[in-house]
Amino acid sequence: MSVVTTNRDAEGTLAGWGRLPVPGREVVSENLEAITRDVPLSRGLGRSYGDSSLPPPGRTLVAGSRLADRILAFDPETGVLRAEAGLSLGTLSRIFLSRGWAPPVFTGTQYVTLGGMVAADVHGKNHHLDGSFGDHVRRLRLRVADGRVLWCSPDEHPELFFATLGGMGLTGHLLEVEVALHSIPSPWILAESERIPDLDSFLEGLRRAASEWPFTVGWIDCLKTGRHMGRGILNRGRWAEADEAPEHPPAKKWRLTVPIDFPGWILGRWSVGIFNEFYYRKQLRRQVRTIAHPESFFHPLDVLRDWNRIYGPCGFTQYQCVIPKAAGVEGVRRFFDLLTGLGAPSLLTVLKDLGEEGRGMLSFPMAGTTINLDLPVRSDTQAVVDRLNECVIDLGGRIYLAKDAFTRAEHFRVMEGARLDEWQQVRSRWDPDGLLASAQSARILGDQI
Amino acid sequence: MKVAFLGATKGMGRALARQMAERGDELFLLGRDAAELEKSAADLTVRGGSGEVGFADCDLQRPESFAPALDAAEAALGGLDTVVVTAGLFSPQEDLEADAAKARRLLEVNFTHTVLFCEEARKRLLARGGGKLCVFSSVAGDRGRKPVAIYGASKAGLSYYLESLDHKFREDGLVTVCVKPGFVKTGMTAGLKAPPIAGEPEPVARRVLKAIDRGTPLVYAPAIWRWVMLAIRHTPRFVMRRIGF
Repeated sequence: MSVVTTNRDAEGTLAGWGRLPVPGREVVSENLEAITRDVPLSRGLGRSYGDSSLPPPGRTLVAGSRLADRILAFDPETGVLRAEAGLSLGTLSRIFLSRGWAPPVFTGTQYVTLGGMVAADVHGKNHHLDGSFGDHVRRLRLRVADGRVLWCSPDEHPELFFATLGGMGLTGHLLEVEVALHSIPSPWILAESERIPDLDSFLEGLRRAASEWPFTVGWIDCLKTGRHMGRGILNRGRWAEADEAPEHPPAKKWRLTVPIDFPGWILGRWSVGIFNEFYYRKQLRRQVRTIAHPESFFHPLDVLRDWNRIYGPCGFTQYQCVIPKAAGVEGVRRFFDLLTGLGAPSLLTVLKDLGEEGRGMLSFPMAGTTINLDLPVRSDTQAVVDRLNECVIDLGGRIYLAKDAFTRAEHFRVMEGARLDEWQQVRSRWDPDGLLASAQSARILGDQI
Repeated sequence: MKVAFLGATKGMGRALARQMAERGDELFLLGRDAAELEKSAADLTVRGGSGEVGFADCDLQRPESFAPALDAAEAALGGLDTVVVTAGLFSPQEDLEADAAKARRLLEVNFTHTVLFCEEARKRLLARGGGKLCVFSSVAGDRGRKPVAIYGASKAGLSYYLESLDHKFREDGLVTVCVKPGFVKTGMTAGLKAPPIAGEPEPVARRVLKAIDRGTPLVYAPAIWRWVMLAIRHTPRFVMRRIGF
C-alpha cells in the first residue's frame, strides 16, 4: 500500500477545491478494494469545495480512487456502462461522445469521478428534465463499514442504495458504478446565450426555456441592486443534430494554468464589479446562437487549470442553496437582497431551475431555483454563510454539501428535518460502530471517530 | 500493430496500452493475476472499440510460463509484431537490505527472468522477419546510487542487455526500444516523495509510443531525465559518495 499527498497541498495536509486544508494524507492504488479496508472515507479528484472529501479529526488517511479508473463493461445496445469509481467524467466524455453516447449529467468541471458524482448525487444544466446523476445509476458496488463488498440497487439492499445516492460517501466506499448513458445525435452542442435585464425576466426566461431546451443555466451579476438586480446571461443548449454539427469530432482543448497564488486582495468589490460588467457586455447582440464545443459549454472553467489559485492563499468557498418553488420569485429576490446587503462579492453567481427531488435520501436538488456563489474566504465568511442559511431555512430550502465548508450543524439539521433522521437510521444500520466519517460529517452531523 | 503486452494492468503500462487500444492496435495481455487481467482487458476492449482484448497467464517469477503465454498471444492475434514489457518489481533499498529473499526475487524478476522473457519474444519476432521489442528499464540503472543499489543494479543489467540486443539484431529487423522512465507518479511510486520534475503516466506513454513507432532504441521519459541523468553520470565519485541522491 502506498501513501501520497496530493499535488500542491502542503506536506501532510489535504484540501478540497476551496483550498482550506486539514491534516491528512491520501492512499492511492489501482486496487481500490485493498486500500478501502481501514480508512474512514474515500475521495476522488478532490473537486468538492469544502471538507466533504477530507478525513475527520483524529484520522489522517483517506483512500484515493483516481487510479481505479477502468471501464469494466459497456453495452452498445442500451448504453449501460459499468466502471470503477475513479473513472473521470472527462475521460467518459472523451471516449463516448464521438460514439454517440453522453454521460447523463455534466457537472461544471469534468475533473470529477463517477464515485464522487454518486456520493454528491450531482446535477447539471439538464436537471429540470433529466434529474440528477443518481436517477441514471443502476447499481453500485460498495465496501460497507463491516468490510463486506456488495452490490446494491433499487432491488438489492434498496435502502443502502438510496442512502448512498447523495450520501457523501458516508454509507460505504464506492468501488464500482453502473450507469446508463444517453444516446446523442452528434457530439456538438447547439448553444444560445441571451442577455437578460433583471431577475424577473431571468426566472421567466429559465421557465420558458425549460420545456424546449435540455440544458439551461444563468450567470448573474450579483452586485447589481434595484431594478437591475439579477441582470445576466442566460445560456441554453441542446445536442446539435447531425446535419447542424461539424463532421469532425470536437478536438482536445488547450489549457492555461494559473501559475501562482494571486494575492488575496485582488478579488474585492471593485474588481468583481469590473469583471461582471465586462462579462455582461461581452456579447454585443442581445442573443447569440453558436455550435459549441461540449467542453466549453459544460466545463467553461476547465480551460484555466488550477483556477482556484486566483482566490489567493486564504482560499474560497462556494455557497449553493435551493430556494423551493413555493417561495416563488419573491423568495429568490429576498435571498439576493440579503446577499447584496451583506456586501459579499461573488465572482461567479449561477442561477438554475431545478426539477423534482430525486431518489437519493439526502440528495440536494428539489423543485425550485438553485443559486451558487463563489466567496473568497474573509474574516466575515462564517457570518455571511450563517445569514444566508437563516434566510434559506426561512424559505424552506437547503444547501449542497459538496460545496459547503461553513454551515453549522444546527442549521443543517433544521434544513433537512425528517429526511436526515431517516438517512441516519439507514446509515447506522450499515455502520453501527460509526467507522465511516469525513471532516464534513464531523462538523455537520457531529460524527465522532 | 499486434502487441503482446506484459504489465498492462497498472501504471505506465496501463496508460501505454490504453493509447495503443484507442488508436486501433490489437492487444493481448500477459500477467499473473487473472482477475486484474480480465478487468484491464475489458477496459481496453471498450476503449479500443474494435475487437475483444484477450489475456493469458504469464508470471515473471515463473520462466516456464513465458512460452505458453507468447503462444497464446500469437494464436489470439494471428501473429505478433510487437512485444512490450512494463512489468517489474520495486522496493525501497532499506526493505531489500533487510530481506534477502525479497532482494533475490527482485533481482530475478527484473533482470534474469525479464531477459529470459525477452529471449523468448526475440526468437518469435525474428522467426517472423522482425518486429519491435519495447522494454521498461529505469534511470536507476544509469549510475550506482545510494537509494537504489539493488533495484538500480537489476535495471542496469537489463539496460545493457537491451542495448546489445539492439546492436545485434537490428539489421535482422528486430528493433529494441529501451525505456528509462524517471520519476513517474504511479501506484508503484506513490509511497515516495515526488521530485518537482516528476511526470504523469499519460505523457510518458505518448513519448514511448512515438519511440516504438520510430524505432528509437533508447528513450528517457519524461524527456528532461535525459539531461538529469547525463549530469548524474558525469558527477565525480567523491560527490556521489557525499550526497544522498
